[in-house]
Amino acid sequence: MSSPKDSAAIATYGDHEVITPENKLRKLVTIKPLMPGEMDPVVRAENALAELSTEFTSWMESECDRLHKARRAVADGGFTVANKNALFRASHDIKGEAATFGFPLVAVAADSLCRLIEHTPEAARIPIKLVDQHVDAVRAIYREYASSDAKELAATLTKRLREVTDEFLVYENRDRPEVLEQIMGPPLVPEQSG
Amino acid sequence: MVRIDFNRLRFLVIDDNAHMRRIVRTLLHGFGSREVYEAEDGAAGLEAFTHYIPDIVITDWAMPIFDGLELTQMIRQPGANANPYVAIIMLTGHSEKKRVTSARDAGVTEFLAKPISAKGLYQRIVNVVANPRSFIKTTNYFGPDRRRNVNPNYGGPDRRKGGKADIIRQAPLLEKVRAPG
Repeated sequence: MSSPKDSAAIATYGDHEVITPENKLRKLVTIKPLMPGEMDPVVRAENALAELSTEFTSWMESECDRLHKARRAVADGGFTVANKNALFRASHDIKGEAATFGFPLVAVAADSLCRLIEHTPEAARIPIKLVDQHVDAVRAIYREYASSDAKELAATLTKRLREVTDEFLVYENRDRPEVLEQIMGPPLVPEQSG
Repeated sequence: MVRIDFNRLRFLVIDDNAHMRRIVRTLLHGFGSREVYEAEDGAAGLEAFTHYIPDIVITDWAMPIFDGLELTQMIRQPGANANPYVAIIMLTGHSEKKRVTSARDAGVTEFLAKPISAKGLYQRIVNVVANPRSFIKTTNYFGPDRRRNVNPNYGGPDRRKGGKADIIRQAPLLEKVRAPG
């Protein structure tokens, strides 16, 4: 659909330009109801994702393994830039994927680890023990997901991890009020509503 | 309902996580897309962008080499590539206010926080196709108009000057999407 020869209308003002690119995509838009028997594209996509979901448990397993390896690298080699980035990306991916994979409770512990790494000014000051506790929590929540008390286990673990992490972050950022506000403030983007 | 001929849209999905790329590709195929290209980091993404000239870029934020924010800044260079106006959807696990603002100021068109859902992705795509925003070029910004709506009660300083013409009115898409039939 794209063409490098797109044109644009430009209106020039005192300190800026307003550019209206030619919209070649608009002709792809129609407003009409679904035909009888026709499936809503969103439902079709959800069904396609449901078919893929047979893979999700093994994907969650591999993401947990990746996080474990990243933790081991930090324990062995310290918080080098590469080790820190690898640990952050591994936890950040779990935070973003776990709910899609069917393990939303895992995402909470991963999110706490992300916050710990992201908001600590000097990564070398992050207690390895606290990293270990996060990674162990992620793996335990995943491993025990099918058990009847998984929800309580996850809630207890993540609540305590979050409290300890917040306490550490508040202390480490005690001279950075703008960061403190960011750490303790709610996200701008609401929880996924569909 | 607002419907799009996905079969004629070309997508580029950039994410270092193969699982997430597979999920996004599955959803896009479910919508009816056929042309979905992938790249696994910002550098490969920029190369694929130049090569395939996609209609819509869906990019992660946290990636090796250079991240989704840097990629967006590289694409939003007037005259530097085939389509600096391309729609960019930032799909990320970040949801903090500072992150959303940074993405907007880099020129991201739509922001979609993980966990991903078919409905959320569909709505963002409908938005960029059916209701594209004009672009603003100033000395320090080039990207989609950051004013989605006109706020008649706004009393602060203006970021840009130039009279009424720089106010771009936009029909509320959500109402269209929600409207039956």
